Amino acid sequence: MPMILLQAEQLHIAYGSTDILRDISFQVQTGDYLGIVGPNGSGKSTLIRAMLGLVPVTSGTVRLLGQPLSLFNDWQKIGYLPQRLSFANPHFPATVEEIVRLGFIDKNGPKRRIDNREAKQLEEILSRMGIIDLRQQLIGHLSGGQQQRALLARALVGRPALLLLDEPTTALDPETREDFYDIVKELNRELGTAIILITHDTWNIGQYAKRFVYLDKTVIFDGTFAEFCASAEMTSFFGEHSNKTIYHHHGDHC
Amino acid sequence: MPTFEIFGYGFIQRALIAGTLIGLLCALLGLFLVLRRFSLIGDGLAHFTFGSVALVLLCGVSAHWVTYAAIPLVLVGALGILKLTSSARIHGDTAIGIVSALGIALGVILSSLSGGYNVDLFSYLFGNILIITRNDVLLTAALAIVVIAVVALRGRAFFAVAFDEDLARTSGINTGRANIILVLLTALTVVLAMKLVGIMLVSALLILPPVAALQLGRGFLPTLLLAAACGILSVLSGILASFALNLPTGGTIIVASFLLFVVAALAGRWRMRR
Repeated sequence: MPMILLQAEQLHIAYGSTDILRDISFQVQTGDYLGIVGPNGSGKSTLIRAMLGLVPVTSGTVRLLGQPLSLFNDWQKIGYLPQRLSFANPHFPATVEEIVRLGFIDKNGPKRRIDNREAKQLEEILSRMGIIDLRQQLIGHLSGGQQQRALLARALVGRPALLLLDEPTTALDPETREDFYDIVKELNRELGTAIILITHDTWNIGQYAKRFVYLDKTVIFDGTFAEFCASAEMTSFFGEHSNKTIYHHHGDHC
Repeated sequence: MPTFEIFGYGFIQRALIAGTLIGLLCALLGLFLVLRRFSLIGDGLAHFTFGSVALVLLCGVSAHWVTYAAIPLVLVGALGILKLTSSARIHGDTAIGIVSALGIALGVILSSLSGGYNVDLFSYLFGNILIITRNDVLLTAALAIVVIAVVALRGRAFFAVAFDEDLARTSGINTGRANIILVLLTALTVVLAMKLVGIMLVSALLILPPVAALQLGRGFLPTLLLAAACGILSVLSGILASFALNLPTGGTIIVASFLLFVVAALAGRWRMRR
């Protein structure tokens, strides 16, 4: 029976008198692949950050794995890939392997030592992400695509039940972007990892996500991509010729 | 004077022991500050320390107790700086600039109220190894033990916070507490380092050895050890060079650490080209 991994109820976020998000309620279960799209300033990144407790919520509740966010401490079960990282120093003294190992977490944060089973998981994820030969390289010396793979490996190495990705493909070229989506799809299908992916890349996410949310400060649409294609919300988002555009990109998908 | 004879002097022995420990402390904490982009916090703390020392001297505290009397004031100032830098309304470096300027301004006013700049205040501003006491050495050793223990136990968490604060928080790390610990330990180090290099130069000792290490370090632990080595080498070579060349110790230590940085930067470039 699918387990509810994330549950947002009546979520409301405001900065002063300005509403950023209002009346957001949805849930994500084991094996879900949820794509969230919306225009700039629609609150997509704020939503994902609120679900992780990174921004204060004005009202409403978020539960992770059944626990209120304020009590939640099983972070090993959650993988997160932010839109932008604060590190920008090419001399940041961390190798790819050190960054990925930060994904092994116990109640005190990143583990100092890993056991044999975790060492095997480390090898597997480095290999799966195609960065095993880069493990001793400094993270700041890698290309954007390689860095993204390393950070995805960090998010995944602890085998999370839920993976939250905030515009992960923005800095990637089209080929690397396709690879990235394939990897995420594999994780979802083979390991059952639930995915929440925020993107502007609507055409691609339509191919991969099982469920589609269109956000504009509140949830405007929540359903499958096919349902979205036939909806009035899509026309408002992409314009009146959007059906033809989507058909051109996806053929039978819409 | 024969070279080894200087090691027989008590003040040189105290300076070398305290200097080694301060070089180590500044390098270990400075690496996290630099990576965390908190480098300027050392500067803000140093300037706030100037105001605190001026206040302590105005209150007539004897020279032996100035360091200890200034510590609580600087710790409060450190928490204030951290609070300001995390304020959404004021950008971090702007907040530190405000506190720095205020610390200097208060220092100038308070020192004029106490009869102008005197020898004591100058010793704290630019360093004077003659005033390092046995108690200073013991206090610095105690702080070094605490810092080494914190880095050994929580260094990985500090490292994760320096890499990305949001990722660290979603790894279950209390990033606010990590920042407070880092800044309070830095504040204590700044106060204890002021007799060695002086308030005006202590922030350079927090920045130069870690930045030198970053030119060559590959991996977290090697860089941390390299920074510690650079910090200790800068201080020891600076003290000995100042004695041999009859130069001010604080300034000589900082020039030594700068030269070390230049060598490390050149070596780093050479390695990149190979």
